[in-house]
Amino acid sequence: MSLTMRWLQMGLLGLGAVLALFMAANAKDGLYEFHAWVFFAAAVLALFFMARNTMSGSYLQEKETEYMDKVVKYGIVATVFWGVVGFTVGVYVASELAFPWLNLDFPLTNFGRLRPVHTSAVIFAFGGNALIATSFFVVQRTNRARLAFGNLAWFVFWGYQLFIVLAATSYVLGGSQSREYAEPEWYIDVWLTIVWVAYFLVFFGTLVKRNVSHIYVANWFYLSFIVTIAMLHIGNNLALPVSFFGSKSYALLSGAPDAITQWWYGHNAVGFFLTAGFLGMMYYFIPKQAERPVYSYRLSIVHFWALIFTYIWAGPHHLHYTALPDWVQTLGMVMSVILWMPSWGGMINGLMTLSGAWDKLRTDPILRMMVIAVAFYGMSTFEGPMMAIKSVNALSHYTDWTVGHVHSGALGWVGMITMGSLYFLFARLFSANGRLYSYRLVSWHFWLATLGIVLYAASMWVSGIMQGLMWREYDDQGFLVYSFVETVEAMHPYYVIRALGGLLYLTGGLIMAYNFYMTAKGRVRAAEAELAPARAQA
Amino acid sequence: MAERERDEVTGTETTGHEWDGIKELDTPLPRWWLWTFYLTIIWGIGYTLAYPAWPLIETNTKGFLGTTNRMELQAEMKAVQQARAEKLAQLEKLSLEEIKKNDDLFQFANRMGGTTFKLHCVQCHQAGGQGAYGYPNLADDDWLWGGTLEAIHYTITHGVRYNPETNEETRTSDMPAFGKDQILEPAQIDAVVEYVLKLSGQEHDAKKAEAGQKVYMEDAGCNGCHGDKGEGIPDVGGPRLNDQIWLYDGSREAIKAQVNNPKHGVMPAWKGKLDKATIKALTIYVHSLGGGVGS
Repeated sequence: MSLTMRWLQMGLLGLGAVLALFMAANAKDGLYEFHAWVFFAAAVLALFFMARNTMSGSYLQEKETEYMDKVVKYGIVATVFWGVVGFTVGVYVASELAFPWLNLDFPLTNFGRLRPVHTSAVIFAFGGNALIATSFFVVQRTNRARLAFGNLAWFVFWGYQLFIVLAATSYVLGGSQSREYAEPEWYIDVWLTIVWVAYFLVFFGTLVKRNVSHIYVANWFYLSFIVTIAMLHIGNNLALPVSFFGSKSYALLSGAPDAITQWWYGHNAVGFFLTAGFLGMMYYFIPKQAERPVYSYRLSIVHFWALIFTYIWAGPHHLHYTALPDWVQTLGMVMSVILWMPSWGGMINGLMTLSGAWDKLRTDPILRMMVIAVAFYGMSTFEGPMMAIKSVNALSHYTDWTVGHVHSGALGWVGMITMGSLYFLFARLFSANGRLYSYRLVSWHFWLATLGIVLYAASMWVSGIMQGLMWREYDDQGFLVYSFVETVEAMHPYYVIRALGGLLYLTGGLIMAYNFYMTAKGRVRAAEAELAPARAQA
Repeated sequence: MAERERDEVTGTETTGHEWDGIKELDTPLPRWWLWTFYLTIIWGIGYTLAYPAWPLIETNTKGFLGTTNRMELQAEMKAVQQARAEKLAQLEKLSLEEIKKNDDLFQFANRMGGTTFKLHCVQCHQAGGQGAYGYPNLADDDWLWGGTLEAIHYTITHGVRYNPETNEETRTSDMPAFGKDQILEPAQIDAVVEYVLKLSGQEHDAKKAEAGQKVYMEDAGCNGCHGDKGEGIPDVGGPRLNDQIWLYDGSREAIKAQVNNPKHGVMPAWKGKLDKATIKALTIYVHSLGGGVGS
């Protein structure tokens, strides 16, 4: 990259710093002012590091002929870090539900503020970093091209971390636009839009300059995730700020149209962020780890297009039996059921890729992790369409069953496929000898996490179905039998079990972090030194 | 591009593509998958023909079943209302005593009142009516405003200290703030507290309690509302003091705080929010919780 380009970039950062100062000076509320200062600090820091690299000339060592892996490595570390943060907050909020005194009568630690910290940390910080890092890795390897647009990938990485910090601090300080999974206020949304467009440019630019004729299926999934999330993010966050110097804004739409926009976004965040994105991950890392060809090319094409066509309609099933018009509910339900097979196409391709390699499950805990991920994917993509059926939804809606469903998908599918891929990448990018510090610890992680999910999902099924049945229990005279508080009381034991499940999952995450730390230090666990190193080819 | 080759394990040909060592098999779509997919689509088309589904320019297709969520709900609600209509009419017409004597109607009122209680009352009086600090227990025989059917009915209907400016019928009692408004000397307050402890059978300073009795009977006139023996006068909302049941705790400190600057609870008037039959049913339920007294 030319020196002029770098000066231009530094000029932009300087301009950003000045703009942040201007925002801070005119701020109408504390949160906005605080965030303006965060923006300012970020711009100044970035400027400092860029100036240093420019002066030392270290940027000149980056070669266009080499893969850009450092940003992937940073992404992996960020994924592990935010994962541990997100799991920890999750365990805490789960404990708050079981033992309400843990709210501590303090706004910062209140469930209402910590819950979005948990959801955003696991979905966007952990999941998002995992998707960005793996997509950067995969798009380079499968297209034999370095990431496009020079250091723009670095802007994506750091810009995204800044978004996470802004969102999380905003929640605990009480700033929220009250849209589920899209709580950040308008100016944070604007920032994410800028970062996301840069992400799209890097990814798409790399595809454009590829050195292979066909585009590998993993990239289709990653691209559909990036494009659709951009569309959803902008559509769902259309809002009018009260002032350009204040954090508060009002949604452009209201009533039922607003609600359906929210769930059009909400469900497709599941569909394109948590499903399509992670399917991209699966399509690269499972065949690599299993060293087997992908089961069916044809199935990958058909289920890809069927999935992305159908998913976008499914949102209304979150609003069954509400003010949403009947016809929207019908279409949402029908499309959700039709979505079953397109979803399972990915499961079939993931599992059947193991034909001829099933024996590896006995010896390879990383592959085991990826396979259990696909199994949970299959389970939740069957459960989802079932829960979208109106008569089932009448029982399951607003209960813990939904929470259990989300977590068997999030902990089982998203978490496990991510952590399997992280182990794969870590052995190749951070370790000189191509192996991890300990594979036994990976096994421990696998069993702790799996047991954790089983406890979580099973307790929420029991609790949720019980809750739903208690709510609708009538006596022979047609009168409701239970008060709300009686259902809460009945759920208490399951809340405790759920928190325990989360604790096991968190423990697994901590073991992974430790394993990574030791691997990065170049250590091999003494008792395992004799074991054959992991497959060396990268 | 690489050549198509035959995979040894499965015997299937590859597509000839290769990315970073990953190849793809040219396996056809699994039949069961494809047919299940087709079946869900066919079912989906059928369902959208049966129910309101496809948007048109000004309206949407109505579906050949001709039903909607609202129509289904209305039909269900109507069926329930029809089934209950006769009993509701009786509830409205008959007196509380008559309802209580009619076994069938009493059962009905009790269930109906129970549901109403669980919806509107448990937030303060708790699920079993056992109350909490500051919220009276309804399952015992100690009543602030009387435990007869009529008294309970009146309390539910008009509430306690509920918007007294506009709601003249609400139950109101105002114990003076003897300490805060300096009606009594600190020594007198200490004395009367000991006397209240004595009345309720707790450990107390006998000498102070003796002085306290004079404060109770003469200086402050506590007996006017709480009764000569601390037995309480429900007609004016004067709580009973000679038992171990306390709304705001019965410790020396708590009693003193209450004499100094009393807390006054509020209960909403349910008239206008619940219909007559429901209030009667609720009365029957609360009366039957354990402490209801005869008229």
